[in-house]
Amino acid sequence: MSAGKASLQGSAQNGGTLVGTAGSNRGAGYWSLVWRQFRRDRLAMAGLTVVAGLFVVAIFADFLANDKPYYMRYQGASYFPIFRSYLVQMGVGKWPPELLNVDFKELEGETKVFPPIPYRSNNIDLRAPFADPSPEHWLGTDKLGRDVMAGVVHGSRISLFIGFVSVGISLTIGIVLGALAGFFGSWVDLLISRLFELMLAIPTFFLLITIAALLPPSIFLTMSVIGMTSWVGIARFTRNEFLKIRNLDYVTAAIALGVSNRQVMFRHILPNALAPVMVSVVLGIAAAILVESSLSFLGIGVPADLVTWGSILNEARSNSFAWWLAVFPGLAIFITVLAYYLVGEGLRDALDPRLRGS
Amino acid sequence: MWRYIVQRLVLFIPTFLGITLIGFLIMHLAPGDPADLLAGGGLGAAAGEGISLEKRGTVDQALAQWRAQYGLDRPLHVQYGYWLKNLFTLNFGDSFKDNQPVAVKILDRLPVTLTLNILSIILVYLIAIPLGIYSATHSYSLGDQATTLAAFILFSLPVVWAGTMALVFLCGGDFYYWFPPAALTSIDYSPQWPLWWKIQDRAWHLFMPVLLLSYSGFAGLSRYMRTGMREVLEQDFVRTARAKGLAERVVIFKHVLRNSLIPMVTILASILPGLIGGSIIIETIFSIPGLGQLGYQAVLARDYPTVMALFTVSSMLALIGILLSDILLTVVDPRIAFGRREV
Repeated sequence: MSAGKASLQGSAQNGGTLVGTAGSNRGAGYWSLVWRQFRRDRLAMAGLTVVAGLFVVAIFADFLANDKPYYMRYQGASYFPIFRSYLVQMGVGKWPPELLNVDFKELEGETKVFPPIPYRSNNIDLRAPFADPSPEHWLGTDKLGRDVMAGVVHGSRISLFIGFVSVGISLTIGIVLGALAGFFGSWVDLLISRLFELMLAIPTFFLLITIAALLPPSIFLTMSVIGMTSWVGIARFTRNEFLKIRNLDYVTAAIALGVSNRQVMFRHILPNALAPVMVSVVLGIAAAILVESSLSFLGIGVPADLVTWGSILNEARSNSFAWWLAVFPGLAIFITVLAYYLVGEGLRDALDPRLRGS
Repeated sequence: MWRYIVQRLVLFIPTFLGITLIGFLIMHLAPGDPADLLAGGGLGAAAGEGISLEKRGTVDQALAQWRAQYGLDRPLHVQYGYWLKNLFTLNFGDSFKDNQPVAVKILDRLPVTLTLNILSIILVYLIAIPLGIYSATHSYSLGDQATTLAAFILFSLPVVWAGTMALVFLCGGDFYYWFPPAALTSIDYSPQWPLWWKIQDRAWHLFMPVLLLSYSGFAGLSRYMRTGMREVLEQDFVRTARAKGLAERVVIFKHVLRNSLIPMVTILASILPGLIGGSIIIETIFSIPGLGQLGYQAVLARDYPTVMALFTVSSMLALIGILLSDILLTVVDPRIAFGRREV
């Protein structure tokens, strides 16, 4: 155990000097080294590609699966309904009266160009419940006739959102508490460490479903609750890094020069302490996505009309003949989580100087 | 040693109080009222149909009486005080749902969840340690890379998905009927069965839930084992052991293995707090009457006493787990002194 500690300390100093000597191009040297190491890891790069792909799907979800056409000629005029719906949402544009609240598929337009999946995730079609996967519904439909493919595409938005927002919250809490504990030490550390112990012993998932079930169902509340119950790992990492870095000469120098505590903590120590925290951030995103899918699988925390990967999976439980409801949304969760884990693991290896050059 | 244990136990008191206080405040400060929920099902439904003012008064009176019966009309700190006082006699109060004592309900279901979890912890260590040893001693071989990938895939496999897939494809439904879709015993299970039948029936029912509860554990743990063992393998004393001509088997199993088991013990502490939480999903999918299912139903019904009791029991389990792994740590590694705090 002592050897592990010593080598960890070595790594921090190594990182420190690297950042220190980079001088003019501030820290770029360190991160480009990390990137060079990361790029060599084929699995991690595959994970990164999948994550990037998920971002693209999430950003362009409206263009991939939508019940409105990209382009339409109707009564002699040209329309771009998907683009217009963005303008309407932003309050800049308006629907022409003849297109307000219409089903674009029923309209007798001259030309209509629909997205590859001509449904939104919440389009209910009671004429086609539990449809098998077919050219019309690529991944079938659920009990309300909602297209599963559209649900999977739009669900990527929710999972991405959940992942980043809740980790953003836990990162903020974790860094602040970890920095305070590691920098000030003594009674502050003792107090905050008690809090860590408490959070570690608390049955997190049970707490989570309790809170989520008691509060009105809302995706934002769920995100905040996940964020507020998952900061311990990040806080402990930050604290340990701060404990190590606080005693380095450059920090002593900064304090001796009269730099304020806040500046020393967040401008001088934090950038050097971030590297190991980054790994738990990436892994935390995966964990948050997993937790959210479990919550919506249990039917807790998300509004009933919101289609998420977990909520589609939930329907498979009571309708076990509809195998497509089990296979596809679960596959989406699995691939997403696997991709983030691969990225996180690759980052961990890339940040570990002992492996560098090997 | 005893002094150390007592010291730790005393330190647990504030932590334990903090946890129960958090649970208590969340339950009681959240919007909504169990009385209204109760009324929503029975009394309130009648109220919704436009009953007279007179009857409305009766309903309100009944609700007030109900609140008084469970002490919900008292100030929060008084309620918490009473709850703590009752805790000392292991009285968790009566369930809002059926007026049964919560302690009895929990004791009824405890064996089920304990069986599930103890079996899965055993399975986790039984698979993870050999796998980790193999990966570490054959690192970067084809076998190691295959294990690594498999561990990664298992680790990222969401249990909700794996459980649903098992239910849809392997447990009845339109596909295979290899495992039962629900419960812990067959419908025709009888105590008169010969022992071997009973064991078989139990094993058949437990197989899928235990596997699902443990796969991410052994996937993750085998990675820890591999990392830990590789770290030890690179140390000087291993080189010395090899240099003095010890058989490789002795080096691995006597010198390296013992030293790399240390982190495995500490991980036990992090498994325990998740026990009830982790079994919620599995017990819900397979309709197993354990603590997880009880907790899930209690949460949905706002059954405060039951939720608080489960919350308390699982955090106690977690604290015991932490203490246990600290003690075990000194058994595995005599160099770790009692009472010395680690960073």
